[in-house]
Amino acid sequence: MQFPILSLLVFIPLIGMVAVMVIPRERKWAIRWTATIASFIPMVLSCWLVWDYYFRYSGSSAMAYAEGPFNWIPSLNIQYLLGADGISVPLLFLTGLLSTLSLIASFNIENRVKEYFAFFLLLETGMMGVFVALDFFLFYVFWEVMLVPMYFLIGVWGGPRKEYAAIKFFLYTLFGSIFMLVAILILYFTSEPHTLNMLTLIQTGPGLGHTLQVVCFVFFFIAFAIKVPVWPFHTWLPDAHVEAPTAVSVILAGVLLKMGTYGMLRVSWPMFPEALRQLSFWIALLGAISIIYGALVSMAQKDLKKLVAYSSVSHMGYCMLALGAFSSVQAITGCMFQMLSHGLITGALFLLVGVLYDRAHTREIAAFGGLGVKIPVYTSIMVFFSMAALGLPGMSGFVSEFMVFIGAFGALNKVLVGISVLGVVLGATYMLRMVQHMFLGDFDLSRWGGLTEINVREIITVAPLMVLTLAIGIYPKPLSALMSATLENLINLMAR
Amino acid sequence: MPEYSIRMMLPEIFLFLWALVVVTFDVLSKRKSGSAVGYLALSGLVICGVILSVTGYGRGFGVMFFNDPMAVFFKVIFLGAAFMAIGSSFGLTRQKIVNHRGEFFGLILLSTVGMMFLGSSQELLSLYIGLELTTIPLYVLAAFFKDDRKSVEAGIKYLIVGALSSALLLYGISFLYGLSGTTDIVQMKINLAVTQLVHEGDIGVILILATVAILAGIGFKLALPPFHQWVPDVYEGSPTPVAAFLSVGSKAAGLVAFAKIVVNGLYAFYDPVMSPNDWGVLVGVLAAAAMILGNVAAIRQTNIKRMLAYSTIAQAGYIMIGMVAMNELGLAAVGFYTFAYLFANMGAFAVVALVEDQTGSCEIATYSGLARTSPFLSITLSVFLLSLAGIPPLAGFFGKYYVFAAAISLAGSGQGYSWLYWLVGIGLLTSVFALYYYANVIKMAWFAREASPHRIRYSGPALAVLVIGLVGVLIVGLYPEPVVQFASKIPFSFGFIPH
Repeated sequence: MQFPILSLLVFIPLIGMVAVMVIPRERKWAIRWTATIASFIPMVLSCWLVWDYYFRYSGSSAMAYAEGPFNWIPSLNIQYLLGADGISVPLLFLTGLLSTLSLIASFNIENRVKEYFAFFLLLETGMMGVFVALDFFLFYVFWEVMLVPMYFLIGVWGGPRKEYAAIKFFLYTLFGSIFMLVAILILYFTSEPHTLNMLTLIQTGPGLGHTLQVVCFVFFFIAFAIKVPVWPFHTWLPDAHVEAPTAVSVILAGVLLKMGTYGMLRVSWPMFPEALRQLSFWIALLGAISIIYGALVSMAQKDLKKLVAYSSVSHMGYCMLALGAFSSVQAITGCMFQMLSHGLITGALFLLVGVLYDRAHTREIAAFGGLGVKIPVYTSIMVFFSMAALGLPGMSGFVSEFMVFIGAFGALNKVLVGISVLGVVLGATYMLRMVQHMFLGDFDLSRWGGLTEINVREIITVAPLMVLTLAIGIYPKPLSALMSATLENLINLMAR
Repeated sequence: MPEYSIRMMLPEIFLFLWALVVVTFDVLSKRKSGSAVGYLALSGLVICGVILSVTGYGRGFGVMFFNDPMAVFFKVIFLGAAFMAIGSSFGLTRQKIVNHRGEFFGLILLSTVGMMFLGSSQELLSLYIGLELTTIPLYVLAAFFKDDRKSVEAGIKYLIVGALSSALLLYGISFLYGLSGTTDIVQMKINLAVTQLVHEGDIGVILILATVAILAGIGFKLALPPFHQWVPDVYEGSPTPVAAFLSVGSKAAGLVAFAKIVVNGLYAFYDPVMSPNDWGVLVGVLAAAAMILGNVAAIRQTNIKRMLAYSTIAQAGYIMIGMVAMNELGLAAVGFYTFAYLFANMGAFAVVALVEDQTGSCEIATYSGLARTSPFLSITLSVFLLSLAGIPPLAGFFGKYYVFAAAISLAGSGQGYSWLYWLVGIGLLTSVFALYYYANVIKMAWFAREASPHRIRYSGPALAVLVIGLVGVLIVGLYPEPVVQFASKIPFSFGFIPH
């Protein structure tokens, strides 16, 4: 038996959760460090996974590190089956990295520390699980398991409207999931012999009748689109992102949204190629609407966190546009790049918003001005990530958007892509206006004279994200090499 | 030749005698037995379980008594429900029911005996008697707080509704006897099918009348709309452990009765092509109504017992989906769902009982901030409610998955059952509503900024019930295979052939 690295990735945080629950609640630092270690180990493992995958498996499209299938509930053909390939390995790394950084960023949580870290680790288990599960039942379990800790994390430690935001998130996502459950059951009973193995179902998927393909495709799409979120399913996002505590916003934006696009790439796109061909224009259209709508709404925001939240809708719109242009390798690669880059950049932006909010207790953009004089280090980091978010060349955002547009332009309606490109301009508008308002101009000494500079712990949480944003922006080739074989295989599957 | 083996009936005989012992013990100790009588009742249930596992499958008294897979499976549920109900009533017997502890526990045991008889009966009359044995002690239990208006109202209401439903059931049974000339369910199944073939559909009208009367009779027990109005009032007024026992034990007994009479007895009249009397659609409509009404009405409740009452109405609706999907998967799913429901619902009621004993209130607002003072209680309550809501990886989720899987397998078979897709759709959509009110209680307990003034203390048996519920929900959820194996024998009781 090989080294069960994927199971370890999934279950070490769970073990950490049990450990945290055993520690007495007064020993806050013991809890914090236990949680961080329980998340740090999977992060190190995921780094190793990227390294190992790159050198050993990136040439082939087969599932690496497969564990199982082990019988879990044999009466209903439910198996424990894990595996990772070129689209899950980078996302596992992103999950490991952002979880660890978020936990470090959560050290300033003083209220009900034990519960907070326990829920956070359970959340990490769910996220890791989604990216490695290859059995539909297992996938669904992980998909849902995550909702519970997220509900608590928003509801207990969130902002003024936390109850509303928490239940809205929970209900909205559950509403999407039930469609997925029906689609899974339909797939199970139409396969012969009955199976829930995703890889087998991807092979047999095109054999379904046309109607059934479209129904299953749409059902999966609803579940995934709510998670992404695609306009018009996005209304839970601003509430959840704004009310959630900083670290949870990071996870929401950085990892949870990616689960939607990952689900599309892993499940519904290769499984129902015929339905995909029929509906791809509408998907791209929804993507384009998300881009423009998200950007326009961002421009109107007065609250910094809301601005970042709506910019997520816009940025995930690029992914959807790329997914609409499924026949182009560049577009799909761009989609993967955008998922990672958005995770890094928006994660960092939420962390930075949290840093400022902890000190100033307000997030209103108009309340600030000329902060560059008082807190230059913070300002420069914030400007760095704002530039990354608006797609400045040399950073990861530019690479991904560029690839998306190149690919989409060849494969899609040119007017649609042309309109979407406007999103980049709008993105620059809201980001630059925010930077101008907050960090340039006159400094209000009487009000913000006591503002302190970003501290070392907080710099540690954003520094790795800066390095990666730059690294991907300057030399994206290793990352695309890591994914290329898997993506080419996916495109072949979609072209069936 | 019928075989008069008394061995098969040993668990029931034992439990009946034990109930008498419990009552006598309390009287002999001059009502000063304290908690001892409760432990006595609990140990009786455990011993009964052991005896049941030794006697196993088999038949006695001809067709009258048959320990088939379904009977054994549901007897485990009945015993579990009684165990958890008694375990969660220790606080009550210490404070309120000081002078009638023996009767209280004894009646729960007697009702359990009735359920177990019902589970084993293969014949309409003994089935009816089992059902009466089940409900008559429950009338008394519901009205156990003689000085409390609400409790008395609950008892009376339950008595009237129960008597009416029994009468309807008996009326329906008399039609079936008239048509088939037998009370043996298996023989009746054959005779009815033959009569139907010979008379080329002429018996349809009477059969429909019989089916409707039976459905109404059992519908009252299962609280399927429109026969559900008594449920919230009775649950609210009854002592909480009794409400718990009603919601699981009595409901499971109703399920057994339904399965035996309708699913098994009217087996031939399910096929939409063959039959003049396709009861499936009718039951499907009732199930849909239960899910919609239960889940929507529960949202507005401020009293947790009423909320759980409406939630049990909805849960019955989910179970009926499995019943309507009358294939092997469906009947096994009914068993599994009830098993998962046992732990989660009894557990939730146990928490309610504990909080009620120590705060005197059943308002949902009482739970505000409990997570800070009583974290274990809040965790268990949340797990039970999330299991009822069907969130993985808890037992309730797998129950729902199983039931929906059964319905979709039949719906996709292309034999005129595609209306089951609608039932599944309604079930899934209303489960989103359900999450809202379950999460509302969780929100109260966890999200409040102030800590609760109450700190809940646990007595030994109450703690045991919570732990049993928690472990049950988690284990059955994470590794359901053993229970699935056990439940998938249930269809053999309905003539499905083992593979």
